[in-house]
Amino acid sequence: MTNKIVIAELTKGTVNASTAELVSAAQAMGGDVTVVVPCTDASMADAVSGYDGVSKVIAVKSDVFAGNDSSGWASALDSAMPAGTVLFLATARSKDVASRLAARRGLSIVQDVVSIDGNNLTSPIYSGKANQTVTVNGDAVVSVRANVFSGVGSGSSNDVSVVDASGDVKTAVQDVMERASARLDVSEANIIISGGRGMGSPANFSHLEAVADTIGAAVGASRAAVDTWEEIPHSMQVGQTGKTVNPNLYIAVGISGAIQHLAGMRSSKYIVAINKDADAPIFQHADYGIVATWEEALPVFQDALSSLLG
Amino acid sequence: MNRTLLGDLIEMSTIIVLVKQVPDTNAKIAVQGGRVDLSTVKMEMSPYDGFAIETALRHKEATGGTVTALTVGAAGTEKILKDAKAMGVDNIVRVWDDSWSDLDSNALQSVLKESIESLGGTAVYCGKSAADTGAGSTGPGLAERLGWANASNVIGAEFGDAVTVSMPVEAGVAKVSVPLPAVISCDKGDFKPRKANVKGIMMAKKAQVELMTASAPASTVVVASHSMPAAKPAGKTFEGGSSASQVVQLLRDEANVL
Ligand SMILES: Cc1cc2nc3c(=O)[nH]c(=O)nc-3n(C[C@H](O)[C@H](O)[C@H](O)COP(=O)(O)OP(=O)(O)OC[C@H]3O[C@@H](n4cnc5c(N)ncnc54)[C@H](O)[C@@H]3O)c2cc1C
Ligand SMILES: Nc1ncnc2c1ncn2[C@@H]1O[C@H](COP(=O)(O)O)[C@@H](O)[C@H]1O
Repeated sequence: MTNKIVIAELTKGTVNASTAELVSAAQAMGGDVTVVVPCTDASMADAVSGYDGVSKVIAVKSDVFAGNDSSGWASALDSAMPAGTVLFLATARSKDVASRLAARRGLSIVQDVVSIDGNNLTSPIYSGKANQTVTVNGDAVVSVRANVFSGVGSGSSNDVSVVDASGDVKTAVQDVMERASARLDVSEANIIISGGRGMGSPANFSHLEAVADTIGAAVGASRAAVDTWEEIPHSMQVGQTGKTVNPNLYIAVGISGAIQHLAGMRSSKYIVAINKDADAPIFQHADYGIVATWEEALPVFQDALSSLLG
Repeated sequence: MNRTLLGDLIEMSTIIVLVKQVPDTNAKIAVQGGRVDLSTVKMEMSPYDGFAIETALRHKEATGGTVTALTVGAAGTEKILKDAKAMGVDNIVRVWDDSWSDLDSNALQSVLKESIESLGGTAVYCGKSAADTGAGSTGPGLAERLGWANASNVIGAEFGDAVTVSMPVEAGVAKVSVPLPAVISCDKGDFKPRKANVKGIMMAKKAQVELMTASAPASTVVVASHSMPAAKPAGKTFEGGSSASQVVQLLRDEANVL
């Protein structure tokens, strides 16, 4: 049983709670679990020092972790980590770093794992139309989808060692165009509310934004909405040619549920659909379906949310 | 043609674009005996590879040089190379050895590295992820093996001594200068893949696929089985807008997501 090394996921400079899920995933593979925290300040490792089931925490300190250069991330991590099977969270940046690290160590990589049975790892293929189980012989690098494993608890007091590392940075950021709005991106959100052509106009997306603000959700869109209305940017598109998302809750409003849209969101933990057509395919995938126009349903939805959470 | 020699004589960009054959993304997928059955499924070029070809062609149009489309695959994968040729790439190359079957990422990237080095590549474009695996491992992994820079999920590019790419980051969209040589993985973005014209299609018919081989380490990740995703338990459906408050209650009490 080889060592398992969990790389803590960083979101806006702090350790993302899904890191506890990675520890569970590592335990499912077996072996001793070390958590490595890429950080600019070793105190960032405090977030994981209480995790149960962890034998060691290594805070790897480097300026490269303030940026997005995956080469720098991989070289800094590599220099500070023992050998073993390495687990990352399957986010866009971490998958990139994971690929680099695997290549650097001459290992193979298995991305987007959703189930683990020892050395057998299962990931969705063909945009979720099937699953593939692979057997891993020896060490590998693995990325694990969020919201699939339940996280380990905390209450332990793990030793934290600090390692200074430098990374080999290859790219240079020239400019960052901030998002037009301060809205969450669909690829970062735990709850997403998306609108389709059934919203009737881009202005009506303000009703989705109001719900999103109440529950801390991101606003997404179908391709029909993105293609029809200039005001709805492609960055909001969920689906086969948009983003693949895996939130706890996905709310589809005025979206028919075409196969290409499903490809991007079918693995969401819970799906709510609001659609006036009872035969819309989205209802076959919804945990909770509301057959109604959004004009009727959304105000009620919004009021109920506000009184529950407000 | 001896490309290494050509590279020595004239210094110009040797742009390589990676293309992969995958099942038609509209096709229904069936599993038979623990394996996906693709026998009746039409195969096509992975959609993001079209964006990679478009970006590679624009690179050549801006700086000069040649574009070579390359796939690692058995003989049946040549059609996607012809499709790339019809869009306007200069050369088409297939890399294979009949002793190979499923290459894991380590084996595939080793083969790609060796092939790209022997072609003298100076910039490599690929899809952000292939429509079969959805992995997104090839671009960054290959860059690491070559010792090159990389950028992923690229949605726009300007070409010069370096390539300045646009890519989404936490804070928004970043413009990032990527020094060459580099591997750039392309998402759907500013560039729409051009359609092949009649001349392109005629040229593609006549074009020769160059064959290459390379050495591949043994694969340590082996496909064990395929399965259909577990069917979701039937959901609950409610009629009328007023039911939305009931759904909110269920999201709190039953699903536990609020
Ligand atoms: C290669 C390819 C890639 C694609 N990639 C994507 C992708 O990434 N993402 C994507 O989403 N699509 C993608 N598509 C397009 C996809 O096939 C569908 O066309 C698209 O998803 C439809 O969007 P929609 O559901 O918003 O619109 P429609 O299919 O037009 O559905 C609108 C729905 O709104 C309902 N409705 C209308 N009025 C109301 C109302 N007042 N209240 C409530 N409901 C109402 C209707 O009953 C209907 O079900 C792709 C297609 C192809 C061929
Ligand atoms: N066998 C292959 N031959 C050529 N290019 C490939 C191959 N596999 C993957 N690629 C390239 O790498 C991209 C990402 O693939 P993946 O890492 O599998 O998601 C694809 O879109 C292709 O551009």
